[in-house]
Amino acid sequence: MTEGGPAAPAPVLELRGLVKGFDGIPVIRGIDLAIREGEFLSVVGPSGSGKSTLLRLLAGLERPDAGEILLRERVMTCLTPQERPTCLVFQSLALFPHKSVGGNIEFPLKVRGVPGRARRDRARALMALVQLDPAYYRRNIRALSGGERQRVALARALAYDPEVLFFDEPLSALDQRLRRSLGAELAALQRATGKTFVYITHALDEAMGMSHRIAVLNAGRIAQIGTPDELYAQPVDRFVAETFGALNVIALTRDAGGWHEDGWRPVLPPDAQIAGEAAVAMIRPEALRLLGPGETAANRLEAEVMSDRGLGAHHRLELRARGRVWLLDLPRGVPRPAPGATVALGWDPADTILRAR
Amino acid sequence: MAAPPPARSRRRRRLSPGLRAAAPVLALLAFGFAAPLATVAAMSVSPPGSFAPAPGPDLQAWARLVDPAGGLPGSFAVTLGLAAATVAALLAICLPLAHALVHLFGRWSGLVSTLFVFPLFVSENVRLYGWALVLLKNGLLDGTMKALGLGPGPDWLFTPAITLAGMIYVHLPFMLFPVVLGLSLVPRETVEAARDLGASRARIWAEIVLPLASPGILIGMLLTFTLAAGALAEARILGGQSVIPVAQEIETAFSYAQDWPGGAAMALALVLITGALALALLAAIDLDRLLGRRR
Repeated sequence: MTEGGPAAPAPVLELRGLVKGFDGIPVIRGIDLAIREGEFLSVVGPSGSGKSTLLRLLAGLERPDAGEILLRERVMTCLTPQERPTCLVFQSLALFPHKSVGGNIEFPLKVRGVPGRARRDRARALMALVQLDPAYYRRNIRALSGGERQRVALARALAYDPEVLFFDEPLSALDQRLRRSLGAELAALQRATGKTFVYITHALDEAMGMSHRIAVLNAGRIAQIGTPDELYAQPVDRFVAETFGALNVIALTRDAGGWHEDGWRPVLPPDAQIAGEAAVAMIRPEALRLLGPGETAANRLEAEVMSDRGLGAHHRLELRARGRVWLLDLPRGVPRPAPGATVALGWDPADTILRAR
Repeated sequence: MAAPPPARSRRRRRLSPGLRAAAPVLALLAFGFAAPLATVAAMSVSPPGSFAPAPGPDLQAWARLVDPAGGLPGSFAVTLGLAAATVAALLAICLPLAHALVHLFGRWSGLVSTLFVFPLFVSENVRLYGWALVLLKNGLLDGTMKALGLGPGPDWLFTPAITLAGMIYVHLPFMLFPVVLGLSLVPRETVEAARDLGASRARIWAEIVLPLASPGILIGMLLTFTLAAGALAEARILGGQSVIPVAQEIETAFSYAQDWPGGAAMALALVLITGALALALLAAIDLDRLLGRRR
């Protein structure tokens, strides 16, 4: 996606030192975050990292133990969900099963006292926007497919005309193909409406395609926030790096001669400045190369091929070297050594991500 | 063409699995429900003074039922009115209580529910006589107040009001538990979504909670109405002779009055009224949803 998205100076939504726990167990441990006007921000994190709690705090369904939420520099920490100009699309969608498609979409308009005729017109316009067949207007929610319900939930949220829309993994229940196409539609809709979207998911691939920026959540804190490219190329730590895919990890310690792993001293990027006595060097599987006869590399290891699995666009080889497994990705179509063969693998220091441990 | 195997033709004559599974209960209902009801129906069109179904439809018993001079229409009105008032009062009591049991009491819910079930282990008559002992002249309340010099206690016993109170008290569990079941059917997130979309508390109850909980609420209403319409003990023990419900009239007709056709007609009329109500309500309820078999 485009670099950075809209560059708005003033954040539409700002979280300051947000803390929340349940029964004394901290879930959100101090989150500072500035969400920019008109951006598509994804919050990615594993189960239990506090994603849903964060969203419920933003929607007003939970009160924070400490910290503040500001909307356009106005404190809204204590506002009820009703009073907040934000809207949440639940993971379960939370559609009203006893109401028709039209009844669901018109609910927020009815609450505001919009007259019946105007409500219907608005609902039909929104149905067109989310690409729902107008014939569905009178249909029962229970008669709809998963993808169609998704569209109803989105239209209902848009009918509220919120300043910020929150999404709690609404696509997670759908099959892979539908997820991808709906995700793309959602991103297009966000660009078209210019509304601020905050999208929570555990599926990074989903977030990568849709977001201007991604925030990585780890154990109730934001580990890093940036564009998908930034996070992939310059992860702040091992957690963020692992969030973005497989890694070869070398655990290093420092002595008088510099960084080493049990005496082995791989060549590291020259500008690496790490405080402390422990570090990790991380190399992506696609940065490892098989060295041909006579080919050299700054880092070189003899290895034995253990397995070879096709993963679609590339093949992943598992190699054994220095007593453990190394992952190496080869593009499709490149000749591959057979399992059992002895090979030389190498990598450039520049492809090494060195971080404190 | 080979002839079809004999086993197959034999199977065709057998009952379907559903019918076979229902056979025992069908037999029970045929002897326990349909047969007596048919007898009562036949009895109700027998001439006055007969003590067994007699031939020739005689509609005198039914005519007395609707004769304003006989007092029976009034008795029906009182009975159904008391039942309706019981249902209304129980709704007012049980809706907030059930909401608290489902959402607010947390781990205390189990204990509170048990406490509400507990009175069912004591016979209804015993509980009502307990009330009477408390409210009797020189009873617990009156006696205590006199002893403390607070003057005579309130004269509540043997009034229609105390009859209604007794009916509300006795039938409370039969409203509470279906309503709890109904409210727990309401997905919490639909309520949160409605809040998030700006709906007020009143609108959420009217448009989201009550419609989604309606199967349980309607069943509670039906159960308590039917029980209250057939109730006898409250009026007899607490109400004295101030209120005479249809159930009492029926009993009198079959015993002291020796008017079996009259009693049969009244019983059948009561069955028809509550039955019609039940059918109307059950048609509106999605029983599958209540039993968790969502389509």
